[in-house]
Amino acid sequence: MSRLSLSAALNAGLRQVLEEDPRAIVMGEDVGPLGGVFRVTDGLSKDFGSGRVIDTPLAESSIVGTAIGLAIRGYHPICEIQFDGFVYPAFNQIVSQLAKMRARTAGKVPLPVVIRIPCGGGIGAVEHHSESNEAYFAHTAGLRVVICSDPQSGHWMLRQAMACGDPVIFYEPKRRYWDKGEVSSDLTLAPAFDRALVAREGTDATVVCYGGMVATCLEAAAVAEGEGRSLEVIDLRSLSPLDLDPVCASVRRTGRCLVVHEAPGFAGLGAEIVSGVTERCFYHLEAPVLRVTGFDLPYPPAKYENQYLPDADRVLDAVDKLLGF
Amino acid sequence: MTQPTHASGSTSHQLAREPSGAPLRDPGDRPAQILGPDGVLAGAPGWVTPGLTRDLYRWMRLTRRLDAEAFALQRHGELGIWAQSLGQEAAQVGSVTALRPADYVFPSYREHAACLVRGVSPSQILAQWRGVSGCGWDPAARHLHAYTVVLGAHLPHATGYAMGVQRDGTDEVVTAYFGDGASSQGDANEAFNWAATCSAPVLFFCQNNQYAISTPASLQMRTPIHHRAAGFGLRSFLVDGNDVLAVHEVTREAVRHIRSGGGPAFVEAVTYRMGAHTSSDDPTRYRDQAESDAWQAKDPLSRVEKLLEAQGWWDQGFRTALDAECEALAVEVRSAVRGFGPVELDGLFDQVYARRTALLSSEKAAYADLVAGFLDEEVDDDGGPPDSLAGQARTARAFGVGVGR
Ligand SMILES: Cc1ncc(C[n+]2csc(CCOP(=O)(O)OP(=O)(O)O)c2C)c(N)n1
Repeated sequence: MSRLSLSAALNAGLRQVLEEDPRAIVMGEDVGPLGGVFRVTDGLSKDFGSGRVIDTPLAESSIVGTAIGLAIRGYHPICEIQFDGFVYPAFNQIVSQLAKMRARTAGKVPLPVVIRIPCGGGIGAVEHHSESNEAYFAHTAGLRVVICSDPQSGHWMLRQAMACGDPVIFYEPKRRYWDKGEVSSDLTLAPAFDRALVAREGTDATVVCYGGMVATCLEAAAVAEGEGRSLEVIDLRSLSPLDLDPVCASVRRTGRCLVVHEAPGFAGLGAEIVSGVTERCFYHLEAPVLRVTGFDLPYPPAKYENQYLPDADRVLDAVDKLLGF
Repeated sequence: MTQPTHASGSTSHQLAREPSGAPLRDPGDRPAQILGPDGVLAGAPGWVTPGLTRDLYRWMRLTRRLDAEAFALQRHGELGIWAQSLGQEAAQVGSVTALRPADYVFPSYREHAACLVRGVSPSQILAQWRGVSGCGWDPAARHLHAYTVVLGAHLPHATGYAMGVQRDGTDEVVTAYFGDGASSQGDANEAFNWAATCSAPVLFFCQNNQYAISTPASLQMRTPIHHRAAGFGLRSFLVDGNDVLAVHEVTREAVRHIRSGGGPAFVEAVTYRMGAHTSSDDPTRYRDQAESDAWQAKDPLSRVEKLLEAQGWWDQGFRTALDAECEALAVEVRSAVRGFGPVELDGLFDQVYARRTALLSSEKAAYADLVAGFLDEEVDDDGGPPDSLAGQARTARAFGVGVGR
């Protein structure tokens, strides 16, 4: 056990993967000597060489495209896309090639490629550096889309993503990169990375969230406790496949459900969760399932993001509504 | 062979311009050619043996026959669509035969010759066009990737695969086929640049068949494609794509260059799509008869026939055996199409992820229940489930209720 930031925990995960799996290759823009713009790959090129930790040309489509070729050849690439807003040039490679190859070749060409994407806002960045584009990828069959929320889950989930045999979009909430927590590197202790976890137990309402919003919802739950309200907070972790079992089990107990994410609400992951919960928990619900999300705007300039992003107050306000039904 | 085969560096010429203002071809660029349309061999290269010539010819004939049969099957409604390779046999056969079996090939979607040479059966090729499979063959077993329909998307794959070859320390050469249209895609240009920066052992083989569906190459680009290669740092070659011997030799040269560590290379094979783009296309809307006739005179097969005839390499035994082989292929193609049974959707649920997900498990189970419900009510002639369950209105309604998760 050691106390690490999320970025250091991910770094330790990558290091472990490179040590254990000789076919693993880390690749992306500036991941070499610089260690990536968030330093997640810090020191890896020094220890594993520029052949295993590759500084690539500035070409996102080809970062994913060549990773596909490397995977066909039997390598095991982990790509870094520098920022969420720059994954779009690679969108075609991800959704038309990476996601579909296993299915169209009847399993003969599996593509175990992990694409790491720092995601979401909250760090005062310029445009295209704060986006939440998970819904685009979750909509595509053949991909796994996961998102970590803290150092321990980040460390374990990254190593599990590398071992799962499928293409994985691996989101890292960038505003949590510097948050510290205890990290065990013992993978046998890790819950399956495609399972949702109860981050805090409670009895009055279920709050479903993921990524950067988990800490926000835990903060809201702590405040709510002071007001005599007990919130259960669930960290989804895997957005596709979506693990609704713990969510539904919780909603059957609490009778109320709130979904929180920072991506825009319209046609977002929240809509899928609301639909699943309604379908499966209809007779247990005491109130409609509500959502707190980012607004349906292009991600705003940095000075607006405190108003744009769901915070504990917006969560608590929605909890009031939910409990008022 | 007409020199130079190494065409880069010839940009100083005044480029010929089409009325549109688009330069089509640098008049200084002479595609390498060995065998003219008249069947006359330039010089007498020692490597042009009767055996090699017949071998190349044989693959071209088989490909042409496959193409004709498949096109007819499409017209009979047996294939959803078919992309003809008619006219491009020399470019494909000449190049793919210059590779070693272990050299991995990334085709686009018209490389039926490459498939045949690589031992993919006609039925495996047709499976995709019939709509019963996403890829009819095992790519690893044939060292031939699945067809790629998204133009240019496979060129970064080829580069990445070549990076793997490099890391493995073997001397394989990766080859990717693409068209003049695909060369405009960002992925193509990213792949050229990327391959050059890491010296990946990859050959980009462009079949310039003059058209991207209806768009002529003159509207596609303002610089001859092979000129672009030099700008990326690729060794570049220009060849008469209808001359199977020249294509073979130029590809061998390019592959030698790559295999010996010289870095990636680029071949532009100047050819012509003699058929339609696909069976859904109408080429009379965008090109005239005179043009087609002019290219007909440069047919890649007839010039080899003339050579075989003139050299006395065209003996009766070879001819009869090849005719019989083409007939057998035609029979195989027709029976293969009839042999494709009804497809079972439920198998697809298991192919998407390494382990089936809960969502797909519940959808698979729901679909099985649905099918079982229908089976109680109706069986078709042979006692199996009806072919087009999913197309039936009742099925759609049942699914519309929402599959339980
Ligand atoms: C990215 C993309 N855009 C459009 C298409 C539709 N399309 C299919 S083939 C084709 C023309 C391709 O021309 P070229 O690359 O020259 O190859 P050819 O068909 O002539 O062999 C087009 C536009 C496609 N398959 N992929």
